[in-house]
Amino acid sequence: MNSAPVQQRFNRSSLPTWVKVITRSFHGGVHPEEFKTISNQLPIDRLAQPEKIIVPLSQHLGNPATPIVSVGAEVIAGQLIAEAAGHLSVNIHAPYCGTIEKIETSFVAHPSGMDDLCIHIKTNDKEAVFRYPKISDYKNTEIDELVKRINEAGIAGLGGAGFPTHIKLGTQINTLIINAAECEPYISCDDKLLQEEPNEFVEAAICVAHIVNAEKIIIGIEDNKPEAIEKLIAAIESAHKKNQSDLIELHIVPTKYPSGGEKQLFELLTQKQLPPSIRPAQLGYLIHNVATIRAAYRAIVFGEPLTERVVTVTGDACPSPKNYWIKIGTRFADVLAQTESQHAQQMIMGGPMMGFEVKNSNAPVVKTTNCILLQKKAHQVQEQPCIRCGECATACPASLLPQQLYWFARSDNFEKAQEYHLSDCIECGACAYVCPSEIPLVQYYRYAKSKMKEQAIAKAKSEHAKERHEFREMRLAREKQERAEKHKQAALARKQAAEKKGIEDEKKATVADAVARAKARKQALTNKNNEND
Amino acid sequence: MLNSSPFTKNKQSLSGLMTSVAWALLPGFIALFYFFGWGVVFNVVTCAVTCVLTEAAVLHLRKKPFIILKDYSALLTGVLLGLALPPLAPWWIAVIGSSFAILFAKQIYGGLGFNPFNPAMAGYVLLLISFPVAMTAWLPPQALAENNASFIDSLYIFLFSFDTHQHTLAYYRLGVDGFTMATPLDQLKTSKTMGYLISEVTNKAIFSDIVNVGWQWVNAGFLLGGIYLLVKKHIHYAIPVGVLVGLLFPALIFNGYSPDEYPSLIVHAFSGATMLGAFFIATDPVSAATTYKGRLIFGFGVGLITWLIRTFGGYPDAFAFAVLLMNMAVPLIDHFTQPTVYGYKTSPSQNEELNS
Repeated sequence: MNSAPVQQRFNRSSLPTWVKVITRSFHGGVHPEEFKTISNQLPIDRLAQPEKIIVPLSQHLGNPATPIVSVGAEVIAGQLIAEAAGHLSVNIHAPYCGTIEKIETSFVAHPSGMDDLCIHIKTNDKEAVFRYPKISDYKNTEIDELVKRINEAGIAGLGGAGFPTHIKLGTQINTLIINAAECEPYISCDDKLLQEEPNEFVEAAICVAHIVNAEKIIIGIEDNKPEAIEKLIAAIESAHKKNQSDLIELHIVPTKYPSGGEKQLFELLTQKQLPPSIRPAQLGYLIHNVATIRAAYRAIVFGEPLTERVVTVTGDACPSPKNYWIKIGTRFADVLAQTESQHAQQMIMGGPMMGFEVKNSNAPVVKTTNCILLQKKAHQVQEQPCIRCGECATACPASLLPQQLYWFARSDNFEKAQEYHLSDCIECGACAYVCPSEIPLVQYYRYAKSKMKEQAIAKAKSEHAKERHEFREMRLAREKQERAEKHKQAALARKQAAEKKGIEDEKKATVADAVARAKARKQALTNKNNEND
Repeated sequence: MLNSSPFTKNKQSLSGLMTSVAWALLPGFIALFYFFGWGVVFNVVTCAVTCVLTEAAVLHLRKKPFIILKDYSALLTGVLLGLALPPLAPWWIAVIGSSFAILFAKQIYGGLGFNPFNPAMAGYVLLLISFPVAMTAWLPPQALAENNASFIDSLYIFLFSFDTHQHTLAYYRLGVDGFTMATPLDQLKTSKTMGYLISEVTNKAIFSDIVNVGWQWVNAGFLLGGIYLLVKKHIHYAIPVGVLVGLLFPALIFNGYSPDEYPSLIVHAFSGATMLGAFFIATDPVSAATTYKGRLIFGFGVGLITWLIRTFGGYPDAFAFAVLLMNMAVPLIDHFTQPTVYGYKTSPSQNEELNS
């Protein structure tokens, strides 16, 4: 239904050859009400500088970064304040000029609702800004240098998972896929970014493709973003003219949640499914989010560390829903105050399908905060019995049987759950969305998954212990055997020694005997002679 | 405890689903009422009330909140059973069947969602086996009946087995020709055992128009309601399609092979419980298979068993038996019809890529 405007605007015959309108979709999926127009009508705005900010040290996958500033130190905007701790970790920079107030645990936006270590900064009005040296001619720069820069600038996936970008870019692939689907209801931050800076985005895509040596770029976008599509087509057209090559393809996919899921988008754009436990890179594909591509590009060309992002602030409790440039570390409370949405009953980070509730407005915006959804009324469900209607199976984009998984999870039958491929569940929430009995299915799956993880760890532990025990037994047995062997050897040696001694005695005896006999004979002879004399 | 995503939900609700199904029964119900009179209404009301009361009583005993009644599943079970009972059967037939359905076929397993058997059909089979005479005493359609019962007479027969003029049910079962009328399927069964050809049987008064004035419209009514449910996506097409194929395909083949021995596809499609069963009874999600292929197989099995019993068995119609038999096979069917999970079906080209 939403494909109508695109089809009308871009008559299929008049579309450039590098624009494809995809009609074949993936299995399942749902069509929740989009609510995107409430936030994507106005230009991206900017929030004013708050008095204090809280920068969590763990905003990405991997280890939390290690703070390198001490309490009381003055920092300037863009200054490195925490260093990546290990390969999978990411640098963190100060978003504003200010003073380090304290480094301690405080509430962060995380599904677990737990506290985490954060750097608290009291901001000031200084205007100093730190930038890395610009690399404007990236095409003639060593790739390693570029990847190092992305590492330095603290870029992590801005789509939601927060995977360190420099690791993804350290591979060589054929096709760079850019995920501009933005399939979650309400969220429009990538859409707005594309609308406002299409040329920079295309330039960024070409830059990232250069880093990973990709021959082709495919941009996947849902057909409910006609303005972004129009601007992208113009931007790609001019880039193609400039570069004299048709490097970029734009694939317009039907609007259906979760088309922006990695596996689903992969299927939409390549007509292939991603085999289990195979990463796209192993097949020569790399999938990146729009905002991440932009951040990586700006880190290279402008030397900008990642300290801000576009966040959609929306929901019926927000009187001025739109997209804002928000500095990392800005507390939700400040966002609420500046957008006059203090009456929100429920704050959700991310979209309504996969986001999570944030209970404390002291939680700061992090690198993966794409949306703050403010609801007047908290969503509540009245769980009823499963009637096995199968709506969930129809909606499941992974082609699982959610109703069966639900029974197994409920009864702690994890072996059976695994047999029915629980681990292939992407937790998109389509099943719970359609469930007439309002069962929070995803919650059951998360429970089962964490239990299974626990069991796997326990099993590994016990196996390790068993292995150690067996090794010890073996060692003891070996030592015992060795000892026994040694004793045997010693005994043998003693015996041999004894025998040897015995033999020598015998020889001596024999000799002595012989001597004695000879003496005796001699004596006897002398005696005889004497007698004869 | 934190709430977990998703924080949004489509409009579909359990009670909405149940009430939609109940509304979709309306055309068939009206046709039944039109052709068979007030007995239909009494049956449906008595069964519905008994089912809801039984459910309430069990919920009370199990110390569960009465809000559960608002899923309307007990009500729907009652309505379905009421529609399946012969009109003007004594009231206690409806009461026994309904209370058994809720008590023994549903609540004893733990209530909605846990019952392996279709409660309405379990109740129906109990009645059919226990009270075969009452359960097979169907009225003739009013257009073909010698005597039509008024509301008061119907109520009297329903409650006391005698109407205001001391007539029993048998009086109202007389057809225009003065003989007690059987249902078309009944007629076929008895005539066949007596050695008549199908064509001879279908020439009788009970068979007119397509199948029979009353039954064809009743089935058409349920078909209409079923199509409404399909369009509204309240039921999945796999089960009804399976049922109709399982029932009508053998009918078509055998009728083509020997039209004198086997009634036609049309007779099967528009007689007895065919459409009610295909769209409303076999589609009970709790006791049916849940996978797509499984539903096709489940439906096909129900249709095929119905045809087999109608054709070779001892009962004129057999939907209830067919459903219960297939209910038993559901865990097996579901186990062997799991869909291929995303990513597990690799094409040869993909394997090549992986290996290269």
